[in-house]
Amino acid sequence: MTAGVDLGQPQAQAIRSDEDVVRVRQLVRTVSVAVKLSLVDQTKVVTAASELARNTLVYGGGGMVEVATVDNGRRRGVRIVFADSGPGIVDLDLALTDGYTTGGGLGLGLSGARRLVDEFDIQTAVGEGTRITVTKWSR
Amino acid sequence: MERVPILKIGDILLVSIQVDMSDQTAVQLQDDLAERIVATGCHGVIIDITALDIVDSFVGRMLSTIASISKVLDAETVVVGMRPAVAITLVELGLSLNGIRTALNVERGMELIAAAHADERELAFEDEPDTETTASS
Repeated sequence: MTAGVDLGQPQAQAIRSDEDVVRVRQLVRTVSVAVKLSLVDQTKVVTAASELARNTLVYGGGGMVEVATVDNGRRRGVRIVFADSGPGIVDLDLALTDGYTTGGGLGLGLSGARRLVDEFDIQTAVGEGTRITVTKWSR
Repeated sequence: MERVPILKIGDILLVSIQVDMSDQTAVQLQDDLAERIVATGCHGVIIDITALDIVDSFVGRMLSTIASISKVLDAETVVVGMRPAVAITLVELGLSLNGIRTALNVERGMELIAAAHADERELAFEDEPDTETTASS
């Protein structure tokens, strides 16, 4: 499946349904394999992407995901941006706490995803939306 | 929406998840399994996740829920075939899969269910106050 993906260009995927979350997982998997992440690191970043894509859908009311390869001269990696124009997160510290949820889930999505990646950045404004950027580097 | 098939083998329901499940497919499987447990009276459920390359919090919760539902319906659930990378990721994610029995493969899962069922029968006999001895003497 790697053949169809042009890794020079960031890959965009809209998130409007359950099936789109599956597509995000597959896209992140393809790019992670291409930048030669280890199997464990692939599994971690795909799992993180699954959690964050679901959050974009459930809490953000849908949005966009962009998957790109990155290169810092020494290592390659995969960078994923999740953006929505939803209600935003009122208390970010609380939202990043294990077990806290407003949606009836396990409350592990955001906090767990942060543990599974190397870099995690979150920008959120109440009433405007949320933008989360994560990066996983090859070892 | 794809649907995960449920196979009946003797006293056991076997589910081998072969697709990247959408959340809806996962919830459907939960409902289907509950119905099949009641319809068949099976005492064991084996969920084979050999083909799953990730288990996120949603699927993890589904597995826990299935285990709880089947317990209430007098069936034991065993999750088998978890990949090492999936196990490592689950722990780091913070998911403990509480209440879920696991085994390395389907064969061991079947042994586990058979053993659990045998234990239960023994217990049931012990509870009955000496009916057999009285009958034979």
